[in-house]
Formats: sequence, structure tokens, C-alpha cells
Amino acid sequence: MAGNSNTPNYFNEMFSGDGVRPPYRGLESWSNDMPLELRSLKQSEAEALFRRIGITFAVYGEGGDPDRLIPFDMFPRVFSGEEWRKLDRGVKQRARALNAFLCDVYNRGEIVRAGKIPGHLVYSNEAYERAVAGFRPPGNVYSHIVGIDLVRTGPDEFFVLEDNCRTPSGVSYMLENREIMMRMFPQLFRENRIAPVENYPRLLRRTLGSVAPLKCEDEPRVVILTPGHYNSAYYEHSFLADMMGVELVEAADLFVEGDFVWMRTTEGPRRVDVIYRRIDDAFLDPLCFRPDSMLGIPGLMNVYRSGGVTIASAPGAGVADDKAIYTFVPEMIRFYLGEEPILNNVPTWQCAREDDCGYVLANLKDLVVKEVHGSGGYGMLVGPCSTKEQIAAFADKIRENPGNYIAQPTLALSTCPTFTKEGIAPRHVDLRPYCLVGDGMIELVPGGLTRVALTEGSLVVNSSQGGGVKDTWVMAE
Amino acid sequence: MLSRTASNLFWIGRYMERGETGARLLAVGARNAMIPNIGGGYRNEWESVLAAGGHAEAFSEKYGEPRQRNIESFLFFDQDNPSSVASCIEQARENGRIVRTALTGQVWDALNSGFQEMKGLRRTERSRLSISDLIDWTTRQCALVRGAIDDTQLRNDGYDFVHLGYALERADSTARLLDVKYYVLLPQVDFVGSGYDNYQWSTILRAMSAHRAFHWAYGGDITPAKIADFLILNRKSPRSLITSAEDVMFHLDRLARGYGRTTEAQARIRSVVGELAEARIDDIFDEGLHEFLSRMIGEVRVLATLIHEIYLSGEAR
Amino acid sequence: MRLRVDHESTYRFDPPMRGVVQSLRLTPTLCENQQVADWAISVEGATMGAGFRDGAGDWIETAMLLGPVDTVTIRVEGEIETFDRGGILKGNREKIPPEAYLRPTRVTKPDRALRELAETAVEGIDPAAILDRAHALSHAVEQAIAYTPGQTAESTSAAEALALGKGVCQDHAHALIAAALCVGIPARYVTGYLFSTEEDGAQEASHAWAELAIPILGWVGFDPSNGTCPDERYIRLGSGGDATEAAPIRGIANGAGEENLDVKVVVKESQSQHQQ
Repeated sequence: MAGNSNTPNYFNEMFSGDGVRPPYRGLESWSNDMPLELRSLKQSEAEALFRRIGITFAVYGEGGDPDRLIPFDMFPRVFSGEEWRKLDRGVKQRARALNAFLCDVYNRGEIVRAGKIPGHLVYSNEAYERAVAGFRPPGNVYSHIVGIDLVRTGPDEFFVLEDNCRTPSGVSYMLENREIMMRMFPQLFRENRIAPVENYPRLLRRTLGSVAPLKCEDEPRVVILTPGHYNSAYYEHSFLADMMGVELVEAADLFVEGDFVWMRTTEGPRRVDVIYRRIDDAFLDPLCFRPDSMLGIPGLMNVYRSGGVTIASAPGAGVADDKAIYTFVPEMIRFYLGEEPILNNVPTWQCAREDDCGYVLANLKDLVVKEVHGSGGYGMLVGPCSTKEQIAAFADKIRENPGNYIAQPTLALSTCPTFTKEGIAPRHVDLRPYCLVGDGMIELVPGGLTRVALTEGSLVVNSSQGGGVKDTWVMAE
Repeated sequence: MLSRTASNLFWIGRYMERGETGARLLAVGARNAMIPNIGGGYRNEWESVLAAGGHAEAFSEKYGEPRQRNIESFLFFDQDNPSSVASCIEQARENGRIVRTALTGQVWDALNSGFQEMKGLRRTERSRLSISDLIDWTTRQCALVRGAIDDTQLRNDGYDFVHLGYALERADSTARLLDVKYYVLLPQVDFVGSGYDNYQWSTILRAMSAHRAFHWAYGGDITPAKIADFLILNRKSPRSLITSAEDVMFHLDRLARGYGRTTEAQARIRSVVGELAEARIDDIFDEGLHEFLSRMIGEVRVLATLIHEIYLSGEAR
Repeated sequence: MRLRVDHESTYRFDPPMRGVVQSLRLTPTLCENQQVADWAISVEGATMGAGFRDGAGDWIETAMLLGPVDTVTIRVEGEIETFDRGGILKGNREKIPPEAYLRPTRVTKPDRALRELAETAVEGIDPAAILDRAHALSHAVEQAIAYTPGQTAESTSAAEALALGKGVCQDHAHALIAAALCVGIPARYVTGYLFSTEEDGAQEASHAWAELAIPILGWVGFDPSNGTCPDERYIRLGSGGDATEAAPIRGIANGAGEENLDVKVVVKESQSQHQQ
């Protein structure tokens, strides 16, 4: 079968080495024996299920069908228990360090004083919020849901591509992909011992409950704040609210009075203790941030700072996941935790530095170049996959504003067998696990979102660029 | 429950009922257009159909002279017409999407598949769609949604808000349908017994899917008094004003009990139900059918405002 | 100097609003430049709450009024002892490092003219002599923008005011901040009250100036509108990146009404005897 052919330069998670790698053994006969008709039948069944549940994804700036589905590939991505243990420790270590960093730079700033990170990178950063300085949220947690984007290049080589400390999205896919796989292939789950992910919503609620303000005396009331039903991630917001058993609110449903935030209900105002917000800092409170924004809850930041409500993640948490700060995360781990980083950073060149910029411009054909504040795979250059003209045009953009770009070597992303029109074939994948950080607790469900570049040879897995998703298995030990 | 959630549920009820009314109006118009205009002094039937929906003006602005084809488009597909069947089905589905998690899978399926099929209908060439198919499709979709709601939704406050929406909208549309045709029901000697007259009456009943129910309830000849009685005062009629009003009262009472708080809306609906329970059709004709119906339409408006202020706006303390 | 402040702001809304929320930064800074004897803020009909001290040391509280609201009156009455500290802000407890004040806002973003003004002003001054540079910048702004009420609006940017050559204290402060940022000096906007007599040329009693971060000294105030550094005639309320961020009253009204603001501020020397 086509899946057996190994592209020599890439680590194939199923077939590298001799024979099928152990975690994938349970899938060998399943995938080999599945007749083509059954496969397309199952594929359309999966699609119908997704559409019926209503999981859709609107791609920004592309117009088109707002009810588009993210393609789902039925071939699971699998980790052994041992592999996962290392990821688990590495991700938690990073989430701890990132929170320690946030607590530090919004208070004493020891890491800057110690000369480990240049002050201007922190304090002049667009994501640094003066409005949060001097404030310690409950449990000293600033980023409660940390999404770490990982890629794999070998049996034991994992790299962190970027951290997401604000409001990492996609967790609903982790849950729904599993749900749909279990519905379609129950025997796979009977035959293999696959660690469940379904308690994520419960853990998330517990995490958020643990950081309720001191002033909250009863069972904390948690809500999810969405920008509204036109938002491309609205499905995820409503899905999480439903699974967690909490209200999904829009800004207009909340108001500030006295020392607290209240929610408008059919029985009158009800106090809100923890707001899991899925909107940007700028739109939280027009009295503190953008005055021109009619969205937001006027006075929210005052209640937050006076300890009447918890906002997750804290405004200003983005300063920790900035691409310019990323370079220093290993340093943070050593500085705050006194440990060596378990997961590697990708070597990164800052075009803001003259030397680095020179190197980057000279080696564009081998590098991946990203915008410092960009996301979603927009505005990036993948050197090896670009034409001479594209590279030349991009070089001009870098020269124009070097501070706006960083560059990394093109990583040999691992591949995972994937169902394609031509049969089963290797496609490049990445992984985003979701780490939950509460007061005195840190949790990582065994799984995550695996994104797959469905185009042959493509290294861009972003759903906005034609990527798909897979169910991610961790074998129970 | 979040006030905004309650509001979305309430509007699901209102839009679904409004969409169904739109289809019924279309049915009235289509049937009447099939008989020759012998009345002379009577207005064009389509005009009264437009008037019943309250959009004569919007129509003439866009299309000018009423033509059957244009009216069908306007009442069924037109996205500029917020009361067109398509608009109502789309808005109800959007309200549903916003409060997706307050709905059962079946209710969402019914709302969503109606919406998806409507997209299909829009793409279909008009000449391949018959008006009666469109009307049948609509009533079937509406019945599906309503059935799913009654069959699967939790009997909590959300259920009451959906039904308040349905019942208020139904009271409103019954009153409006009758009001537009009130002159047909006036016991005018000239037309009594003429074929044309009878035809108009039975069209009203048909529009309310009440033709057979009426005969079952009254038997004998169709008379204006019987029709008015059936559609206003008869508790057996599913669309009569009293049935709708009692429905509103039932759900307002349930909410008040659940929340442990009585409201002004309850007092208001009590007096309406009280009046309808005691009224005889002669009293209504004495007051003037038009005057009476206008008053009832006013009551619906007041109740909608009260419900909004008390539950849906989120301003109440 | 012992000063008495009477400050009344009245917002009128027509038609009335459904609700009003305001964030108030109306309490004098806790610092060695001033000491409050008596201070009271009242908002008629409002629920007050959510008071806290922010990272810059300002005391902030929140007023909320339920609709319909046609009038909001915020009254500040107080007495305060002030001291001349040579313009240096002393003893204010802050948690924000000066480096966090190097980012311009929409209104303090420098254009070419502002950059030229800044570079010309500091030409020939030792880059290490930050204080001298700061004075030179303040002087340059004072020269370039003539104090002229009524020519600029609340939303006027530093660049626009400089192009116009006219402005009020807000424009001076914005221009000075922009100029300071151009040469890498952290700068911020400060609001407060100013005591002035007829001889000084009667000034608005509500006032604003800029603070620049000077090594060793810390934050030092500069008031280009009066060609001076703040002394005992100044009462300091709070700070921010620009006039909007530092505003003593920042509010949002919910509704479509027209807003009308009426402000009365009187700052005079206190008659009451102060025991020392």
C-alpha cells in the first residue's frame, strides 16, 4: 500500500524503522482491510455527523461558505504511553514557566532585572498591559489554558513551534473527533486501550472554579464570554459551555454594579465569578482599553482589579506567547523552575537583529519566515516550497520592516498515514495539547488536536490554509 | 436563564408561527385568485392578503402593481421582507443557532434542515415550484419543529418562552386574518347565500386549516357568526383567540410559579381571557368586529412589551 | 500651600440613557508632593464600588447609575496641603517600570515634524544628560504650540496640534510625550488641578501636564503650558499614556441620547488655619 512508502527525509510515525511502530500496530489491519467503499461510506458518514452537530469553521477574509467544515481525516494519530509521558512533563513545565513569567513581569520583573530578557521586549510589547501591572490574580495564574504547538521530527525529537497563552482554540475538535471516531469505529476502541479525553470540560470547569475570587463564597459561577454568533469559533464556545454546564454570554449580557459583575437573567441579576473570555483584550472594557469599542463590559477591569471577578486568561497574558518572547522560554524555565527544558525550542532568528536579518535574507530558500504578531499561517513564507519570485518579494517585505519578522529552519515535520484520494499516504502533522492551569492544579488530558496538511508535501497545517484534523490517541499503559 | 437565551427561544416560536401564517396567507390569495371577480366593489384579493401581513406599502415600493408571481416571491422568498416565509425560517434557525445548547438535537435538526432545504428551494428554478408545494412544504416544516419541541424539549422555563412566542404570534395572526376579512363576515343581506360569499368564508377556514374542524364543531351552513365564534371564542379551535390567550396565560403562570414571582403580564392576560370566556359573538358584533379585533391586536402588543420588560430585556431586577 | 478644590461635572443626556458607568480617577496621588486633609467624591444616585489602586499608584473607583439617567453630577470637594519638590514626583508607589511608557498611543504617535522638533531640541546636548534634554524638549513644545483655547478638540493628536501651532494643556502634554518618545525618554500624561491667580493670567483650574522618566530622579513633571515644572500650585490626580487613559472621569452611557457636559472647577487658597 501507498502508506508504506517512506519519504526518506521525514519521520513517518507509523512506518519509520523496521515494520510498524508499536503504537500504530492496532491500526495496521484495520486500515489495510478497509475496503474502499466502506471508507468513502464512513467518510461521508463522518461529514454528515459534523454537519449535523453544526461544527463549522469560517475562514477569515476568504468569504465563501460560512458553514464550511474542517476536513476530518479518519486515520488516527497515535502516541505510546511512554512518548506521552515526556510530552506531558514538557508541556506542564512550559505552562508553569509561562505563568511564572507573567506573574513576574506584572509585578517585580526579576527576570528583566537579572538581565535574562531585555526589558524593552517585555514592557514595550504590544501585548503588555499596564492596566494589569501590580495585580496578582487568584493562584497567581494568568494563563489558565495554555495551548502548546508541537511538531515532531524524529522518534524522540519534539519541538515547540509556539505557545498560546490567550485563548487557544480548537479543543472542541479534540473532543468531537474522538466522539465521532468512537461512534464510527467502536471495535477499534474495544481492541485498543486508548486513554479517554472526555473529562476535559469537567477539568476546565474545575480549573476555572479554582481561581474564583476570594470574595466568592458560594459555588463559583463560571461563564464563557463569546464575541457572538457571527464569530468563526462560535460553535466551539457554545459546545464548551454546553459540556461544562455553564452559561454562554455575550458582553451585553453582563454589567457592572458595585463591586461585582452581574449577568442579566429572566429572574433578575445573577453574580458572575469567573469569566472565561474568548474575546481579545481590546474588547473587554471600553473604560480601560479601546474607548471606541462599543463591545465589552464597561467597568469590568475595575471589578477585576478590585478582586470581584476573575478573567481567564488575564488581560495582558499575550505578552508571554509573543514570538519575540518565545526565544526566551527555555531561559524562563531555568530561571523560575531551576529545571532544564524538556521540550526544545526551534532555533529562531530575529530579523530585528542585524546579524540575524542578514543571515535570514541570505538563506530564505531554506527558512520559514513568520510575522511576529501574525497567526493562522497568514503572511508567512515557507522557503523550500516557494518560487524565486515569491522569495524575492518576501525579502523586500523583510527589508522594509525587519522587526516584524522572525525566521526558523524548515523543520522536517513528521508524517502520519492519511486517507487520500490516491489511497493511504503520509501527510505532515503537528499537535496542540491543551494544558489547564488552576490554583494549585495543573492538568493535561492525554490527547490534543492533531492538524494535518492534506496537500501532498505541504508543511502548512493551518485549517485556514486547507489543513485538516485527526483524532489523537494516547495508548493507555 | 439568561435573558438573551429566553429572548431567542421566544423568537423561535414567533418566527415559526409567523412563517406558517405567511404560507396560509399565500394559500388564501392563491385560492381566491382562482374564482372570477364578480364582486365588483371588492378589492383585489391579493391586496387584502398583503394588508393582512401589514406589508402593502413595502410591496408596492418594491414591485408596484400587485401581480400574483411577484406577490408569491414577496411573501415566500423575499429576504427584504422580514415576514416572508424564508426570512422567518432563516431567522428562527439563527435564533436557534445562538441558543443551540438550549435546544435538543431533534429541535435543532428540524430547524436546521428546514433552513438547508430552503436554501435548496431558493436555488430551484421558480417555474418548477408550484405554490401549493411551497405551502405544503412550509406547514410540514413548521409542524416538524413544533412537534420536536413538544416531544423532546425539557419542560423548563425555556419551554415556556418558546410557547409564549408561538401563542402570542398565533393570537396576533388570527386577529389580523379576521380583521382583514371582517367585512366578509358582516351579516350583510346582499351577499348572504351568494356563491362568492360562501367561497370567501370557507377560504378563511381553509387558511386556518380549520375547514373540517369547523364542520365537526358546528355542522350545517357556514354563517359569519359561526366562523367568528369558531375563530374567536371556541376553545376547541386550535387557532382561536381564546385558545391562544389561554395558552399565553398557562405559560405565564408556569413561569411565575417557577420563579416565585407574580407579574403584571399575568394580570393583563387574565383580564383578556376573562373577557373572551364571557363574551358572546353578538356582543362582539355589537361592539363592531373591526373595533374588537383592533383592541385584541393591541392587547397582544401590550403583552409582548410586558414580557420583554419582565423577562427578555434583562433590565428587570 | 493649602488648597481648596471644588469640582463639579454635570453630564446631561437627552433623551435619557438606559444606564451609565463611570471610572473615576479623582483622588489625589499618595505622594510626598501633596497631603490630603479632606477629600470627598460624590455621585448622586450612583452605586459606588470596585475601588482599587492601579499599577501607577492611582486610586480608581467605579460609579454606576441605572436608567433612565438624564443627569449625572460628580462632585469633588477637598482640601489638600501641597509642597514644592522641584517637579519631581516623590514617594508614589508604582509597580510599572518606566520602560512600559515607551509605546505611543494614537494621539502621541510622532510624525516627521514632531521627530524633527525633538531632534532639533536635543541637538548638542549630551545624550546622558537626560534631564537637560527633557527641559529642552518641554521648552521646544512650549515655543511650537501657542496656548490658544478653542482651536483643538479632545481627539486632536500631538501631530495635528503641532501642525496647527495652537492648543491647550492637553495638546502640550501630548506633544511633549511624543517628542520624548522620539528620543527614547519614557513619558506619560498627568491630570490634576492648578491654582492660579490673576497675575499668573487666570488659567483653567483643571489641568494636565506630562511626566518624563529621568534616571535616578524618577518621574519628573513638565508643564509646557506654563513653562515650568509642577510646584506647590499643582495637585496631582493620576496618569496614563494619553489624555483618554489618564482621564479623571471616563464613562460610557448606554443609549442614544445626546451628551452635554458642564464643568465647574474652583481651586483657591484655603482660608482655614492649618496647625503646624
